[in-house]
Amino acid sequence: MKKLTLKNNWLVMLIFSTVVLTAPIWLSPLGANYPDLLQKFAIFGIFAIGFNILFGLTGYLSFGHATFLGIGSYSAVWCFKLFSMNVLPGIIIGTLIAGLFALIIGYVSLRRSGIYFSILTLAFAQMFYSLAYSVLTPITNGETGLQLSNEDPRYIDALFGVAVEPGLPSTNLFGQIMSGYPGFYFCAILLIIGFYISLKIFRSPFGLKLRAIKSNQTRMRYTGFNPRPYLLTAFIISGMYAGLAGSLMAVTDPLAGAERMQWTASGEVVLMTILGGSGTLLGPLFGVVMIKYFENIFSAMNPSTLSEFFNFLPEFLQQVMVSITQHFVGQGWHLTLGALFMLVVIFLPGGVMEGVTLVNKYIRLKLGLVNTASKTKQDPVRKNLVDPIAQPLTEQTNDSQKEEVK
Amino acid sequence: MSYILDIRGVNKTFGGLQALSDIQLKIEAGTTHAIIGPNGAGKSTLLNCCIGRLIPDTGSVTFNGMNMIGKKPHEINHAGMVRVFQTPEIFPDLTLLQNMMIPALAKRDGMFKFNPFKCMSKEDDIQHAAMEALQEIGLEKAYDQHAGSMSRGDKRRLEVAMGLIQKPSLLLLDEPTAGMARHDTNATIDLLKQLTSNGMTKVIIEHDMHVVFSLADTISVLAQGRIIATGSPDEIRNNPKVKEAYLGETEDE
Repeated sequence: MKKLTLKNNWLVMLIFSTVVLTAPIWLSPLGANYPDLLQKFAIFGIFAIGFNILFGLTGYLSFGHATFLGIGSYSAVWCFKLFSMNVLPGIIIGTLIAGLFALIIGYVSLRRSGIYFSILTLAFAQMFYSLAYSVLTPITNGETGLQLSNEDPRYIDALFGVAVEPGLPSTNLFGQIMSGYPGFYFCAILLIIGFYISLKIFRSPFGLKLRAIKSNQTRMRYTGFNPRPYLLTAFIISGMYAGLAGSLMAVTDPLAGAERMQWTASGEVVLMTILGGSGTLLGPLFGVVMIKYFENIFSAMNPSTLSEFFNFLPEFLQQVMVSITQHFVGQGWHLTLGALFMLVVIFLPGGVMEGVTLVNKYIRLKLGLVNTASKTKQDPVRKNLVDPIAQPLTEQTNDSQKEEVK
Repeated sequence: MSYILDIRGVNKTFGGLQALSDIQLKIEAGTTHAIIGPNGAGKSTLLNCCIGRLIPDTGSVTFNGMNMIGKKPHEINHAGMVRVFQTPEIFPDLTLLQNMMIPALAKRDGMFKFNPFKCMSKEDDIQHAAMEALQEIGLEKAYDQHAGSMSRGDKRRLEVAMGLIQKPSLLLLDEPTAGMARHDTNATIDLLKQLTSNGMTKVIIEHDMHVVFSLADTISVLAQGRIIATGSPDEIRNNPKVKEAYLGETEDE
């Protein structure tokens, strides 16, 4: 009989989908249930899941993934301008073009590994960022950013005779406007699909080989694998995730600017992945929710909201608390994020997911759920742990015995 | 007589150091060939030249009639030459079972295969083969432990087994018993003897003379980058040149 555990893909997907789709409900006590933030959670979730396929599985730290985010955005906006305000062509073309650029950048960057790979990707990212402001202004519209206008041709829409309303058109999915909650649900469904693909990759032979590359690339080569195409495929897949996230940004807000490609944006996804736990399925999503929550909620706080919060204290203490904590909110929310990041990296190097695993273990231990089978399994390990210590001891005794015999 | 590996006139220099000079070596199919020699004699360099880690300055390496010079390590692996390293090269972050499955997958999937929608837990034949291979080296109970937490001897046996699961026609072993306790060494000798009866050709680099003389059909002695003698164990034992190079008897004279 098959046991229903988290090894079952469908059970995982069922739980995940339920949690994602009911997010507006369970996030309301936290004050994070407004569509704008929910969309950000979903979009950056896709970005981080994709980044985790490269960084979490192969260990190659790309510092230029925001490039693909920007490329996805620009491609999608151009689709809205040239073809249709329907979002489907936009996200498909955005994803594909980001994949194409990932192929080129990956092909060059993956010739090196470690810090050199990171530097190469960073160099590419900065190059694209500068190009967007200079040479490529006809495509990117420079500092103003690429925007929709009433003069855009929109050939496909014109072909099907979509009614042109006065003012700027908004993105839609076959008539359904893509802003507010519908926009969130559209992003959420793509997040669920993206998570499913990532889950399949994690549990496939392909994913196992990627993890083996992270663990020992030399052994991989002498075992008969060519690591380069594996790495390139992982790079392209994660680039396409970033492209999808970028085009979804354009879907929810149809304009694209080069600041999306800045190195801080590339660094943000690295932070999210490490904070949540790289190499784990859910970790990057935890990281996204934490960072985006702090960014939106803490930065919106000010001394007056804080003094309301500390209302229960005597007036003197209230003022003290406010004067301390006000540095951590508003403009200073980065301070909170930095402190949190330091705490996680020092005490939970495996990210938030490590904490989840520890708590899970503790609860199972308290409830006596640890089955005896796993205890017996540990025996060989204990034997192996003892072995290296026991070996010299026995050799010593052998030697001393020999001496005695002599 | 058929030779599975034919090394001719291989030279390799590192800077001013002549690591290998004019190596001529023929390995007969189905035999166990030991290469011995003092430290720094060039034994590991010779193996590295065979498997594509180093490219010799001159000379040729022919395996099963195919030229191996300039081939990539993974291509050489698929030609049927597998190497076990001196310091265990395993996947420390993966479990023992996964460590075993990787070479099994390499055998099946080739150098590159994109199969992200297959489920690893449904690869029954691969899992079965990996589990059997673990049973052979007696580590099946620890299958879900991380390989990095194993003892050095176990890591080494794991690596040998990872080589064997690919059923290579030539296995290159670089000091397979170094750092092993005596009973583990004997177990390894038994394992390797078993392979000879299966017709697998082996090249062994070894310092432990007990291992060399109980396994080898032919022994070559390497000193200062040159092969100074090749012959049966008895011939080598009584060769004055070998004694001179290995035991440094010239100094006594």
